[in-house]
Amino acid sequence: MTQLAVPLASTLEAARSQMAFTLGFHIILASLGVALPALMLIANHRGLRRDDADALLLARRWSKVVAVTFAVGAVTGTVLSFEFGLLWPEFTGRFGEVFGVLFAIEGIFFFLEAIFVAIYIFGWERLSPWTHFWSGVPIPFCGLGGAFSVVAVNSWMNQPQGYTMSSGGEVTDVDPLKVIFNPAVPYEVPHMILAAYLVTGFLVASVYAVGMLRGRRDRYHRLGLLIPLTVACALAPVQFAVGDSAARAIAKDQPIKFAAMECVQTTATHVTEYIYGRCTSEGVKGGVGIPGFDSFLVGFSTDTEVIGLDTVPAEDRPPANTMLHWAFDTMVGIGSAMIALGLWLGVVWWRRREIPQTKWFLRAVAISGVAAVVALECGWIVTEVGRQPWIVYEVMRTEDAVTQADGVWVTFALVVGLYVVLGAALAITLRAMARRWRAAAEDDSEVPYGPSGPPAEVAR
Amino acid sequence: MSSADAVAGVLWIGVTAYAVFGGADFGAGFWSLFAGRGERARRARDLIGWAIGPVWEANHVWLIFVLVVLWTGFSTAFASIFSTLFIPLSLAAIGIVLRGSGFAFHKTARRLAGRRVAERLFGLSSLLTPFFLGTVLGAVASGEVPVGNAAGDPVSSWTGPLPLLLGALSVAVSAYLAAVFLVSDARRAGAADLERYFAVRALGAAVAAGALAVAGIVALRADARFVYGGLTSAGLPLVIVSAVCGIAVLVLLRRGARRGARALAVGAVAAVVCGWGVAQHPYLLPQELTIDAGAAPTATLTSLLIVFGVAVVLVIPSLALLYTLAQRDLIAEGDAPVTDRGDR
Repeated sequence: MTQLAVPLASTLEAARSQMAFTLGFHIILASLGVALPALMLIANHRGLRRDDADALLLARRWSKVVAVTFAVGAVTGTVLSFEFGLLWPEFTGRFGEVFGVLFAIEGIFFFLEAIFVAIYIFGWERLSPWTHFWSGVPIPFCGLGGAFSVVAVNSWMNQPQGYTMSSGGEVTDVDPLKVIFNPAVPYEVPHMILAAYLVTGFLVASVYAVGMLRGRRDRYHRLGLLIPLTVACALAPVQFAVGDSAARAIAKDQPIKFAAMECVQTTATHVTEYIYGRCTSEGVKGGVGIPGFDSFLVGFSTDTEVIGLDTVPAEDRPPANTMLHWAFDTMVGIGSAMIALGLWLGVVWWRRREIPQTKWFLRAVAISGVAAVVALECGWIVTEVGRQPWIVYEVMRTEDAVTQADGVWVTFALVVGLYVVLGAALAITLRAMARRWRAAAEDDSEVPYGPSGPPAEVAR
Repeated sequence: MSSADAVAGVLWIGVTAYAVFGGADFGAGFWSLFAGRGERARRARDLIGWAIGPVWEANHVWLIFVLVVLWTGFSTAFASIFSTLFIPLSLAAIGIVLRGSGFAFHKTARRLAGRRVAERLFGLSSLLTPFFLGTVLGAVASGEVPVGNAAGDPVSSWTGPLPLLLGALSVAVSAYLAAVFLVSDARRAGAADLERYFAVRALGAAVAAGALAVAGIVALRADARFVYGGLTSAGLPLVIVSAVCGIAVLVLLRRGARRGARALAVGAVAAVVCGWGVAQHPYLLPQELTIDAGAAPTATLTSLLIVFGVAVVLVIPSLALLYTLAQRDLIAEGDAPVTDRGDR
């Protein structure tokens, strides 16, 4: 028995690691895919409307970044589709017929997005300017639709409903609308879409902040910082409110996930909110405690009862409690800092109609991009690790979903190696593009996966 | 026709579209890999990059379409195939990563060495990915995929003669399709010498594909009697259509005809893939799992069909727009890359 159990356990570890790694990688590219086209079109629109050459140049260059990130994102997304079968055949085999329609819907959006991205990025030269702009307009909407569909599947895994199962575990009936509009959708979907816009906005702004810190303070750089930063700063408070209501909803819908996020060991009222600290079975060690605040956050009163981890057996609790707690606190902390950054920008703009030009502001913007990515990953850890040991909350355990095939450790190692190279190539490519743009006043660089450049360079 | 059959039909439309469009892309990578060195090889590679640049992304969405319809409509079959055939499917997935990134980066690589590496990766993975996907098809056809979580043999299920032959056949068919497409693209670019270059390669690939197809039929007869029976009865008309189209393409190419070769080549591949579907009916996994037994509940199937209907209404016109713009050179950043040797 033990001999059988050991390889299974390690396959589970490998499968979870591979899934976490590939999803954690893809989620950054997916966020860019959702939100960067919107920034690109904002710049394009401004460029055409106000005859603003800087804005047009930004739009054009961003479209090339869209091209390369979309291409790599499509690849890493395809890998995820394979992993549904390669890693989790029991999960997809049983519930594919329940949640699958959402992916079919996502397929339409992705297909349309791929088509219009191609038309837009290859249409700069020969389509008329406004026709070209309108050819890009479907892209952000496809991004929203695609994000809705995919995140709704994850929401369903958190709040499964809309199907009936026979005693043998066979799904006998499905109610697609109940699956699509499951109870976690109203908070999880907007939270992820806003996260995509925040990550993209801060990431793009941070690039230009670095440029300005290095002395390139021309109008092109200021605009390149201002457009994405305005979008991100405007959405940061919205995200905070959505996240706050999400946390309250999780306290109700998935109390054990919430207890793990907040390190609540026993059910009680007047529960202390701990900022960081180490989670132990005797409570939180270290960290800053705010008495009663956790209860208050859940129900606007310190008398609110918060359910503790001890209400379920140990095998039904999420692992790595301290990591979960830290991930949650880090996400909230970064979100708060983003709002502060937005206030800074807002106040200075209100008084002087200009971006704050101090070194400290630019430094803050410069690190906001990386910070936003960290917050994104932390949020993803909270929702995914927090759902463990379940793959479908309270219906199917992750260990029952995993493949019986051997060799997942091998594919995990291969995938890590591959993605490290892929990430490095992506970073090098983007840097090389930026360098070329700086070197050439003319925007004559090549589209990443596009046709060959100027014919003079190619023909003999 | 039951809604399960309808969804199976939708699935097969996806498989056919992927075989044609994805296949042409893989084949382009194949020719890029074997173009060799020197001036003409460089121009051939430039033509390949120029021709598939705007469309390759959309072409590969068909694979995702197939995966999603399979796991939604026929979850059990999906789980059984992906767990038993873990090795070839993992290798295919890795091939897709290499291929996509190789293609995405080979244009941006500044240094020649980096560009070479990216090109090699693109070419090599264009060879391996269709090969492994072909072995999967062969393993399914020969009944090596039982229902269950990794219930079949992880290795021998896809390393028999039939899967290996089908893997090789997929590569040959991809190369054939791509060469026929590239003949047209070379004409569009005004490069008469490359037109001949790819016409010769199309003929070679056609001969190789034909030989492998004959060998495949022998292997089918030995290892996949059910599919063999179907291909020689209900599927026979489609097989004949495929053969006729294939031969017609050869005739057109030899004569240097300007029109029709591309459509006929697509017809040849589409017909044989459809014939395969007809031959395998009513089984998803031959003699293991039928379409009806493996199908999702009715509401899921209906939703899938609705989504497919919406997709037809939305995606087909958009796709037509993309291909039209691409063919009319309205979405290309440079001129065609090869214009200088057109008259020779």
